[in-house]
Order: sequence, then C-alpha cells, then structure tokens
Amino acid sequence: MSILIDKKTRVIVQGITGRDGSFHAEAMMKYGTQVVGGVTPGKGGRRVGTLPVFNTVREAVMETGAQCSILFVPAKFAPNAIREAADGGISLIVCITEGIPILEMVDLYHELKRKKVCLIGPNCPGIISPGKSKVGIMPGYIHKAGGIGVISRSGTLTYEVVFALSEKNLGQSTCVGIGGDPIVGTGYIDLLEMFENDEQTEAIVLIGEIGGVEEEKAASFIKKSVHKKVVAFISGSTAPPGKRMGHAGAIISGGKGGAEAKIKALRQAGVIVVDRPDLIPDAL
Amino acid sequence: MIKGQVLTGGRGKAGAVRKVSSTQEAKSTARQILAISVKDFPVKQLLVTEMLEIQAEYYAAITVDREAKSVVLIISAAGGIDIEEVAIRESEKIRRFEIPYVQESDFPETLTQWLSNSFPDQALCAQAVQIVQSMYRLFRDKDCSLVEINPLAHTAQGRLVAADAKIVFDDNGIEKHPDIVKLSNPEEYTADELEARAAGLSFVSLSGEIGCMVNGAGLAMATMDGIKLAGSSPANFLDVGGSSNPQKVLDAFRILLRNKQLKVILINIFGGITRCDDIAQGILWARDKLGITVPIIIRLIGTNEEQGRNMLNEAGLIVTRYMTDAINEAVNCTRKGSKS
Repeated sequence: MSILIDKKTRVIVQGITGRDGSFHAEAMMKYGTQVVGGVTPGKGGRRVGTLPVFNTVREAVMETGAQCSILFVPAKFAPNAIREAADGGISLIVCITEGIPILEMVDLYHELKRKKVCLIGPNCPGIISPGKSKVGIMPGYIHKAGGIGVISRSGTLTYEVVFALSEKNLGQSTCVGIGGDPIVGTGYIDLLEMFENDEQTEAIVLIGEIGGVEEEKAASFIKKSVHKKVVAFISGSTAPPGKRMGHAGAIISGGKGGAEAKIKALRQAGVIVVDRPDLIPDAL
Repeated sequence: MIKGQVLTGGRGKAGAVRKVSSTQEAKSTARQILAISVKDFPVKQLLVTEMLEIQAEYYAAITVDREAKSVVLIISAAGGIDIEEVAIRESEKIRRFEIPYVQESDFPETLTQWLSNSFPDQALCAQAVQIVQSMYRLFRDKDCSLVEINPLAHTAQGRLVAADAKIVFDDNGIEKHPDIVKLSNPEEYTADELEARAAGLSFVSLSGEIGCMVNGAGLAMATMDGIKLAGSSPANFLDVGGSSNPQKVLDAFRILLRNKQLKVILINIFGGITRCDDIAQGILWARDKLGITVPIIIRLIGTNEEQGRNMLNEAGLIVTRYMTDAINEAVNCTRKGSKS
C-alpha cells in the first residue's frame, strides 16, 4: 500500500494552461502519475499536450473519473477553485499555491471537514508515493520505493531528507508536504494515523519547524497512538524570536513555537530527534 | 496625553506615554519622548490627545487561533499595560470565545451573552457589543490577523473608549487593500531587508560571519542550524524562493556582499521548481560583475543539477552535492580567515 495516492489515483490539474500547471502536468505524467485532464475556466475544449482541458471540475470529473486534483491556481482564485473541486466530486485536493490569506483558510478548513474532503496544503510541495504516483512538484528521481513514511511542513527541506534516506537505501512509502502556512488542510496527526495503519510503512520521519504548536500536539498523539518508530528533525533552532523566516508559519511569537519545546515534547513521546537531516537514516 | 507612535508594544513602560497639564509642559515632554527608543524603534511621531478620566480598563482583541483554526474573541476585565502578565498568572480573568466561521445573523445576541460576564452593567455591555462588532467587521473586511484594543477604557462619564489599539494585517491579504498598503512604514525594516523585499527575496539580518543563500525557508533555517552546530554562526537568513531566476541570485549576492563582517558565502540549493542551471548562471554573473573577494562554497543538487555543476566547474568553481560537507567547508573558511 502507501497512503493517499497510488498507481490507480486519477488526477486532474486545476490551472493546467498556466506555466507551472502545464510544466508539472507533464512532469507528473513522466513519473507515471495517471493525469487524466485539466481545468481552466473559459479554456475548455483545448488540449495541453495529450490532455483534455475542461471549463469546470464537475465536467472533468464526469468525463475522466478523477478523484484527485492538484492546484496551480493563483492565490486570488485558489480558495474558490478549492471549493469548486470539493463540490465537483474530488475527494483529495492538493494545493501548491502559496499566499492564500489566513481568513480564507479558516473558512475553507471547516467547510472541507464538513464535506469530508481531504486538502493537502496550501503552500506545499504535494504528495509522492515513490514508484507509483506523484501529485506534486518534488523532483521524482531522488525518491525510492520502500517503507519510510515522511511528513513535513517544508518543501526543499523534505527533498533534503528524502535524498539522505535514498542515499542510504531507505525507500519511502509516501512523502507528504503538508505546507508551511499557519492553517493547512491536513496536519501531522491525520497523517501519522494513516501511516500507523499503512502496511507498507515501517517507520515514520517527521520534519517540523518553528512556529505554532503542531509538533507538540503531534508528540502527544504519537505517545498515545503510534507504535511505529518515529524519527524527527526540527528546523529553526537558531532563528531569533519575532522575525519572520520566510514561511508564514515560521515565526516564534509570545514565547510559543520555539524549536526547543518541540524537541523536548517529541523526545518525551519516545521520538528520536536528530540535529541534522543527514543523521536521520542512522537513527532509523 | 502625549503618546509616542511606534510600531511595538511596551510604550508606557518605556516612558513614551506621558500626562501633561500645560502647553509648556507639553513642549518639554514632547521633546523628551522624541528622544526615546522603544525596543529599538525610535519615536518619530507623537499623538496628542485628550486626557481620559479612566475608571476601569478592559481588554478586547480579535485574532486567529491557529490551533483551533478559528477566529477568536478575547475579552478581559483586567486590561491595561500588564495584560500579558495577567494572561500568564491569572488566566481565569481572560475569556476566549471562538467565533463560528459562518457569521450568524444573531451575532449581537451571542456577543451580549459572551460579554455580559465581563462588564458590570447592561449599558456598558451594550457599548462593548457595538465596539466588538465594529472590530469584527474591520478584522474581516481588511484581512487582519489581529485587532486589539487595550485599554478599552471605561471613563468617569460612563463611556467606553478605545484608548489604544494595535492592528496587524495579513501579508497574504494585503494586496486586496490598497488603502492599507499606503499605511506601510518602511522604517520597520533594515535597508537590506527592504532591498530584499523589492527583489522578491526573503531576508533577515543576523550577526554571524557566514553569508547564506538557500532556496526554501525550512532548508534555509536548517542550514543556519547546521552552521551553528559546526561551531560558527550565520550572517543572515536568505530564501531565494521557489521560482527560478538568475537575476534573483545576482540580487541576493549584492545584498549579502554589503555586509562587511562576511567571511564566506555559502550557497545551498536543492532544486525542485528552482533549476540548478539558473542558479549557476546567477553565480557566474555575480562573479563577473561584483568583484567578490570572499570564498564561495556551493552545494547544488536537484533539477538540472548536471548542467549547473558543469557550468560552474568549467568556470573553475567547485560544487558539492552534500549539505553537511558544504557547511563544514564554509566553517573552515571562517577559521582560516581568522588565523591569517
């Protein structure tokens, strides 16, 4: 198995006629993902490469049987594009777009929970189940199929960790970038639970960073409900408080969200926390 | 009252908010306040306002609680300059309500229920409901991440008055509101940080000796952590971002090189959307145009890695594939530098 996506997952690309959308539609197909079409309002009937373009998600779902959608839609239009996907019959939405206002995400978060639609992101690199399917923008070739589940708030730092794993012949079941924003559709806990229940996954790597208390909450969940081995790395130990380090999420404020507290909470939950990404393979 | 206008808290305690009773006193006090800095923010503007006869100080704020994934109203009958300490020591004095994500038409009624425990009588509560409703409208309409009134002063005349307020706008929502963009104050940032913003880079000055250029915030922070672990310290945080553009690399070099403490530049790129050949191109342009005298350590891997590495190798630059190797090499350079 693997989580969220596999060989059978049928994917549409929202914003397929844009520069990033068309580039990554092709890259995903090359990787082996079943990309079955795309959506750009007003451009229905065209083709991008071999892929049909539809005006609406509903139309695309009816014609192609897609269950999953990946969004390369500009931030201004992304919230409504996500809503359209949820209402159009998509059960897994991956939003690559960054820059969505937090209030939009507050509304969307509750709306999607009610509709029982899974959103990964926004502001994330996506999902890959190596050797099966890639619904994201990560370089596919650094991955290897295997038994390690990877969950991360970061993009390139995830690549770093995956590269270190693959170099040591530790393949991955699924890697999920949950996104760097303060509010994301799917958090650590949902994914820890999925990995715990996934047969292919033997151990889990959790990559966190400063800001918020999601890592602390993940730690208490691990203590209670995760029996598989978990290894973690937290970035931002040296970041000064009150300064925004790029991501909307990576900021230490009001004494909360520092790396030290996260590392302590994870260690207390029995997680091995390492100092450098390249030390993760040995800890596994 | 004379109040120093700075974009930070703790003004009262720093002596930047003072009472005066004559024009003469106002002049000399104004001069004194204009000489003060509050948490490194020099006071450059003053607000002169009527003196309120305050009976009680309340606290009201609307913000996003990222854990609850909800907009929350925070109310306290113990407002004023010590609110942060109240929050820690007497947390029972602070009431917190989640505002449902679909605003109901009976919001005023809900508010009345929520607020009635914090305000002593109905008339005051009714005023507070009005104020909180306005705060909420502002919060929603202008994409705020914080609207805070502290103190919400109860005057001797029985009025509730916003005696001080703080509003934080969401960076991601700001484009929708040109009226708010106009209010932005460039003095919040250092010159380097402003130049970086203009170039589309995310940059924060730090005090160390290794200049960092990395793609992605998480990897950039991990690089800083790695430098510290290897016994040196980073001169900055710099995320060149996800897009692929040699010009951005050139701009990043310009900003880094302004720092005279710099002993070495460490470039750590893991190409995804970013293509290594674009980065290599930017590095070569910088070398040709900027007369760089400090060593450059390059780690390049990911999309179009081979092209990028070949371009740099042909120009005599050495490239590694491993982050830890690059960090160690950069730290070695700082040590060699200090010996000579």
